Amino acid sequence: MDKKKINIEQVKQVAKLARLNLSEAEIAQFSTQMSDILQYVEKLDRLDTANIEPLAHCLPVSNCLREDIVKPSLGTEKTLANAPDSDGQFFIVPKILDEAGGP
Amino acid sequence: MSELDYKIIVGLEIHVQLATRTKMFCGCELVFAAEPNSRVCPVCLGLPGALPVMNRQAVEFAILTASALNCKIAEFTKWDRKSYYYPDLPKNYQISQYDLPVGENGFIEIPIAEGQTKKIRILRVHLEEDAGKNLHGENFSQVDLNRAGTPLMEIVTQPDMNSPQEVSTLAVELQRIVRFLGASEADMQKGHMRFEPNVNVVIKKDGSEFKTPITEIKNLNSFKALEKGTAFEVKRQLNEFLDSGEVAKSGNKKTFGWDDTRGVTVLQREKEEAHDYRYFPDPDLVPVVVNEKWLADIKSGLCELPLAMQKRFTADYSLGDYDAGVLTADKDTALFFDNAVKAGGDAKRICNFITQTGLKIANEKGCRVSELGISPQRLAELAKLLDAGTVSATAAAAIFEKMTQSDEMPQQIAESLNLIQKSDADELKKIVDDVITANQQAVEDAKCDGKKTKKAYGFLMGQVMQKTKGTANPQIVAKIMDERLKSI
Repeated sequence: MDKKKINIEQVKQVAKLARLNLSEAEIAQFSTQMSDILQYVEKLDRLDTANIEPLAHCLPVSNCLREDIVKPSLGTEKTLANAPDSDGQFFIVPKILDEAGGP
Repeated sequence: MSELDYKIIVGLEIHVQLATRTKMFCGCELVFAAEPNSRVCPVCLGLPGALPVMNRQAVEFAILTASALNCKIAEFTKWDRKSYYYPDLPKNYQISQYDLPVGENGFIEIPIAEGQTKKIRILRVHLEEDAGKNLHGENFSQVDLNRAGTPLMEIVTQPDMNSPQEVSTLAVELQRIVRFLGASEADMQKGHMRFEPNVNVVIKKDGSEFKTPITEIKNLNSFKALEKGTAFEVKRQLNEFLDSGEVAKSGNKKTFGWDDTRGVTVLQREKEEAHDYRYFPDPDLVPVVVNEKWLADIKSGLCELPLAMQKRFTADYSLGDYDAGVLTADKDTALFFDNAVKAGGDAKRICNFITQTGLKIANEKGCRVSELGISPQRLAELAKLLDAGTVSATAAAAIFEKMTQSDEMPQQIAESLNLIQKSDADELKKIVDDVITANQQAVEDAKCDGKKTKKAYGFLMGQVMQKTKGTANPQIVAKIMDERLKSI
């Protein structure tokens, strides 16, 4: 059994979710490194945070709102200018096989 | 299947597009069916360095709706990133709300039978952005990002619905509510409301209860599809249970798509691993704090809700539930009706004017009844003319139509169109006598009890109406006619 905090299977799972292709050597390396990082951060466990509110944002700022007013968009031509592939109207991507995606 | 004793359990997730002019986090305009990728900017493209800024109106619409749904409004709420990879999601995450939604623990009341209602608990209401649109070609897919970043309100109910009808009734009721509040146009044709029911059944068999695995149905964007999809899924689950005996357990929830053409649910390919959206607070967006003053300002936009108004129309105005439902399908129409009644018009007559004549003309013109150019006061006057017998029902409909083109009062229009009913008995008696003298055969037929009686009587009445060009009060004519025929 892999006793590390982040084992080989977990690295593979995270890599898959992040669409990364890792070699076996890299997987082993990241397993060690990520485990080391977690171990280092574990030092924070010594603090008693039982009565501390979780922080939602590091700035003491809230309610940055804008009014519902239309601003110019880029337009189709500029929007598609950096696209790897387009037909002048749409971004063209490889055929999507998995119809079940989306939120 | 009929021998099975079972109960249907449904919870519903509804995505509602808010009626803002611009997107959730940028100033790109929301235009239905615009040129592809024409309403896109660095924020919706997810370009490096672009920063999202919240649309105040979208936040307020969500809080307003959550308030109308009796939710507890969060004093503090924040934004989270929901990570997944899909071509219509340029940032590779969707900005949503995970653990601190705008509103929680509310309820919606839905009409279930004549005059009866049922409370369905609301679990949460939160805000998020929509993804773009994919079009699937033969060898490639096309992506249009105009929709990316559109503000959506997601409403999640508790599994409190127990029939497909209740599910669609809730959807229709919610549509009325968001329209009354002005929070959404809720136009089904434009995809403003999308439904995802979670369905399963509890089966009682041999003294035990069995719960079938829960399925979520996707791609439902009409009330009909929602009801049909739910009903189909119930039947499918019952059959499946009889076949396999599989029961709900952790991890065997399934996702089905709805095939509207074939009218069936289709199992979607199972993901090899469970979803892991890796939610975390979005560092690009600061939290939203809702203080009492802001909440009070937003809540001042609340109004009498459609179901309450429908109940009031049936209770105070003695309308039938159906008529009251038709009138309250649209807020402006409902208020127009209400004001016309308050201006002194008889409720049933006003209702008939609106539902029989008004809605037809309004449909042809593509507007609301309240926008036809008839004030509630003028409509009340027309109802009074009809009540007093000054004009006939047919004439009143004609006057209604004329009123859409003229500012004159109905009495003036009736006079100028010569539609005032003749109720002067002496004048009408003379005309009846003339008709009787000129049509002896019909008089004989009308007097004897035979096949021709009714037809002959109708003919004589018709002759009188013809001679008066339809302006005679038919009740008075009938009275005179009956007296005359009896005395012959």
